Amino acid sequence: MMDGSKGFEDAQTGEQKIRNFNINFGPQHPAAHGVLRLVLELDGEIVERCDPHIGLLHRGTEKLMESRTYLQNLPYFDRLDYVAPMNQEHAWCLAIEKLCKVEVPRRAQLIRVLYSEIGRILNHLLNVTTQAMDVGALTPPLWGFEEREKLMVFYERACGARLHAAYFRPGGVHQDLPDELLDDIETWANEFPKVLGDLDGLLTENRIFKQRNADIGVVTEKDILDWGFSGVMVRGSGLAWDLRRAQPYECYDEMEFQIPVGKNGDCYDRYLCRMEEMRQSLKIMHQCIEKLRAPEGRGDILARGKLTPPTRGDMKTSMEALIHHFKLYTEGFHVPEGEVYAAVEAPKGEFGVYLVADGSNRPYRAKLRAPGFLHLQAMDFVAGGHQLADVAAIIGTMDVVFGEIDR
Amino acid sequence: MTAALKELGEHIEAKRTDCVLSWEVSFDELNVDVALANIVGLVEFLKTDPTCRFSTLVDITGVDYPERAKRFDVVYHFLSMYQNQRIRLRVAVREEDMVPSITGVHPSANWFEREVFDMFGILFSGHPDLRRILTDYGFRGYPLRKDFPTTGYTEVRYDEVQKRVVYEPVSLVQEYRQFDFMSPWEGAEYILPGDEKDTASK
Repeated sequence: MMDGSKGFEDAQTGEQKIRNFNINFGPQHPAAHGVLRLVLELDGEIVERCDPHIGLLHRGTEKLMESRTYLQNLPYFDRLDYVAPMNQEHAWCLAIEKLCKVEVPRRAQLIRVLYSEIGRILNHLLNVTTQAMDVGALTPPLWGFEEREKLMVFYERACGARLHAAYFRPGGVHQDLPDELLDDIETWANEFPKVLGDLDGLLTENRIFKQRNADIGVVTEKDILDWGFSGVMVRGSGLAWDLRRAQPYECYDEMEFQIPVGKNGDCYDRYLCRMEEMRQSLKIMHQCIEKLRAPEGRGDILARGKLTPPTRGDMKTSMEALIHHFKLYTEGFHVPEGEVYAAVEAPKGEFGVYLVADGSNRPYRAKLRAPGFLHLQAMDFVAGGHQLADVAAIIGTMDVVFGEIDR
Repeated sequence: MTAALKELGEHIEAKRTDCVLSWEVSFDELNVDVALANIVGLVEFLKTDPTCRFSTLVDITGVDYPERAKRFDVVYHFLSMYQNQRIRLRVAVREEDMVPSITGVHPSANWFEREVFDMFGILFSGHPDLRRILTDYGFRGYPLRKDFPTTGYTEVRYDEVQKRVVYEPVSLVQEYRQFDFMSPWEGAEYILPGDEKDTASK
């Protein structure tokens, strides 16, 4: 019955028919978190079918990447998940380093971990607070965004840009961090738990927040496997799966942190997981800062070689260094033939890059695997049977950002 | 890590001789080339076999090699959260071939297969809803094929006279710039002025 009628015949008249109602949710809806268009079929207030239409922010990143050099492609990663830019760059750098078999210096590894965790807090702050806004709270975003602003200043002080960082480079990071920046990050990390506590006080025991989130969008272990979930969507249901622990990259194996897991797999547990993950990220940041200050944490921030530019000082005195610099920024470096898949635990889940290199200075094919793509795909399954008002809560908890889904 | 992957590769080959064409471990990753007709069976085997348990589908994508007879590679990535292993399956596909859909085994394959169809024009048999996904409504062509120009064929703008959005053939004010910075000793495919006489005399 394509018109949505349910074959209902009124006993007396046969005139009244109950028909399902189709509505468009988005693409201009504030709770759609960007340019999501959902075609919802409603039976009264109950969602019967949910068909997400994506691609409104499709920019053809993968096609563009095939005609640019490896280094020129790096900034595209900031524009994928623009909420936590550096975590995406990380996956790209790891893929190239895996193919080129380059070892990243210790200081660069620590800086990468430090900034990945800043990215995680950036993301979770945005997600937790805007999800709260979707279900009716207005204050959390105001408080959360103030902290995000401070974190973006740390981004700016490291690389010069608040959002589109292009800071992680194949072979290390672009610039070294000054000591004062580390001090300021530490001061912030000491003050931040108070803000988290405030958010906690606003939301965690809030009656309305709980009513809107508890038992909404329950995900079981089987659903996780069927729909390919990752990140908080997995941990909220009690599986302690975290790539930082399971398949450690950089120096995550020497960091001490815990993986929070939920119990019921609903929106409320995922909220609690995100809050706790922020606290764990702070813990990792403190360890990074301490290690960066130790003598072993000092040193170069780039693996000097074909992949990375020579130092400014070398360029002034050495002809070879000057030629190298010129060739690196015009022709770019060549990556040996092969195909690799490199994944990081991005704040939203597993972000992966499948890179096919043909030995030239450009990737033959690069596929970006975004966690949000799979989460949104399961929308029909998760939202089915829920009320229309819960759709907003579920979109919020899935943590979708269209930069990475549409690519 | 590599030893465990080798063991796993041997195990899969021994159990499923008919599916596995070849396998190798490179860059600490297990690659398996699979026969087109047997992909669904192998994926199901990988999901249920207790030593594999590749129960999470990570990614499906395509790679275009226009010079090959079997033009496309369809690449599957799987993850086992229980064994903490990853695997990559590659299926070589002709342009006119239909790939059996694995949505019956992994529901999450749905959008990935739609995306591969959208980007490469590879058809999946048995897919419940094979529509375009990322490109515009009414888009024509398969953008990630190597013979599709990066600039595309049409451009969109709002027409003030007609008061609607119009599609027009792409007109670039300036040539799409694709500089060749490669050193002339490697990869230069053009003939330098004067060099054509040299090849003509030979």
